[in-house]
Amino acid sequence: MTRLANAFDRRPTFMPYYPLGFPTPALSVDVIEALARNGADLIEVGLPFSDPLADGPVIQRATQIALQQGLTVAKALQAVAELRARGVTTPLVLMGYFNPLLAYGLERLARKAAEAGADGFIVPDLPPEEAAEFEAAIAPLPQIRMVAPTTPDERLAAVLSEARGFVYMVSLTGVTGARTALAEGLAEFVGRVRAHTALPVCVGFGIGTPEQAQAVGALADGVIVGSACVRAIGESADPVRTAADFARAFKAALA
Amino acid sequence: MTTRLPHKFGPYGGQFVPETLMPALDELEAAYVAARQDPAFQAELEGLLRTYVGRPTPLTHARRLSEHLGGAQIYLKREDLAHTGAHKINNALGQGLLVKRMGKRRIVAETGAGQHGVASATVAALLGLECVVYMGTVDIARQQPNVFRMRLLGAEVRPVDSGSQTLKDAINEAIRDWVTNVQTTHYLLGSALGPHPYPTMVRDFQSVIGREARAQVQAQAGQLPDLCIACVGGGSNAIGLFHPFLDDDGVELIGVEAGGAGVETGRHAARFGDPGRGRLGVIHGTRTFVLQTDDGQIADTHSVSAGLDYAAVGPEHAQLRDLERAYYTSATDQEALAALQLLCRTEGIIPALESAHAVAEAVKRAPQLRPDQVIVINVSGRGDKDLNTIIGELGEKA
Repeated sequence: MTRLANAFDRRPTFMPYYPLGFPTPALSVDVIEALARNGADLIEVGLPFSDPLADGPVIQRATQIALQQGLTVAKALQAVAELRARGVTTPLVLMGYFNPLLAYGLERLARKAAEAGADGFIVPDLPPEEAAEFEAAIAPLPQIRMVAPTTPDERLAAVLSEARGFVYMVSLTGVTGARTALAEGLAEFVGRVRAHTALPVCVGFGIGTPEQAQAVGALADGVIVGSACVRAIGESADPVRTAADFARAFKAALA
Repeated sequence: MTTRLPHKFGPYGGQFVPETLMPALDELEAAYVAARQDPAFQAELEGLLRTYVGRPTPLTHARRLSEHLGGAQIYLKREDLAHTGAHKINNALGQGLLVKRMGKRRIVAETGAGQHGVASATVAALLGLECVVYMGTVDIARQQPNVFRMRLLGAEVRPVDSGSQTLKDAINEAIRDWVTNVQTTHYLLGSALGPHPYPTMVRDFQSVIGREARAQVQAQAGQLPDLCIACVGGGSNAIGLFHPFLDDDGVELIGVEAGGAGVETGRHAARFGDPGRGRLGVIHGTRTFVLQTDDGQIADTHSVSAGLDYAAVGPEHAQLRDLERAYYTSATDQEALAALQLLCRTEGIIPALESAHAVAEAVKRAPQLRPDQVIVINVSGRGDKDLNTIIGELGEKA
């Protein structure tokens, strides 16, 4: 939790998402290290799933390649340990769908994730109503709770009353993926969320450019960039260098 | 965060969906609870089931099939005679009326065999709703007639070429659309699957099958059946038949999964029949038995019938199996094809390939019973949509 809390010492924080196993397991570890060393304040480390129903085409494609590369939960946890062994101190939050975590075994997951040096989990298909067993198993690591534009105020209160770490605010109704314009009503939405929590509020979904990040950073405590990061690095002939450039550009925009 | 109906079936079911959809599920549940207590809604639904769908569907005494098998008397619940040719219309109509009530104008649906897509497109036309149907490209290739029917009915059919390009991928895309357009769009889920309240709501809309069958078999055979048999993909036709018989202790309930090329080959959709890969898991919003790899990735499935070609089973079936109130077995592609031909030649009825799996189980069980015993088979749909597949499988033998 300390590592996670420290990430918010200077706000707004830059929080890229990147899936392990894309384009290869080895390169993905190098990419995540490059993001960490060039400005990422926290990294969402993606775990692949065969049926990623909250993801748009860019992350779907990347995580399918990760699956073809044989990336499993066990290998992902080894990759996190490898990043720690390389001296990466950036908080690493594992983001993946519930079934592979369940299949791995929740007690083993909690133990191995803590040993490897992971800082928490984001599980997009595990709302608070279904999360009790998971949250108890992974404690003291937190599950990051998500809120959406459709979440009404009374539900915000319930979702956020036991939230830990930070709040993942989904900026729009839709799947992951960069959009040409930011969602409307974002400032009002951030205000509604802040009324129910003192935790850092981080905004994701639909943020693809440093300019958009800057605009969101003026409202929120953290800016999450997923598909744009995956696409830029995936299209690059030199993924590690592109990752470094990408992180520097976004960090500069948020400075 | 109050739910108004039980949202689990023992350890199964639940609401494993992104936060964006949770309020929509709440809204849907509230609308459904209100509608089912509203006599005006029930009257409208019952009226359309009678005058539009053509209910009650007959219960047919399959005399020549019974004689041929030399055991129990077999009765066929004729969902193939419902408008659009399958039981799917019962649920599509119920949800469609609910959509009107909620004030939404657009529905999205997934389809495997195409029957639910056709039922959704039909109801959308009837009620003046916009309709988009997601369908895997593999299924589009093997169910062409239904693709044309949906388009003719005014629906947009969107091909899905991700993953295995079958039903599960169509559901993924339908959910992605729903997440994006949730304020204006209802997801008209076609089976007793997915997050609460769908398994309960779909079961209720399909229970008309079992209510009718229970009354009909008593009137026609003078007794309750010894066995009720239905195929189980997601399991909506089966739960619809089974549910009104749950308190009849003497009635054995049998669900038939797709055995594909044989459970031992790994190419099948027998979630209960393959203890190696069919394990408790979470997919498409519900916790249930799921065919999966050791690493928790959803397994590819195989069945000659598109409607059974799915990796998960409805959560209430998982509970009925635990309670030993229902039993689950499987029929292979070849057994289903043989049963289909037998029903064609003895009764003049071409069943859907899905329903043929239930017939195949009756072929195994009927000879073990006495002639004064009774089997009810749910003929969940008609087989015209499958003619291309059947021709491909049987060739000159047909």
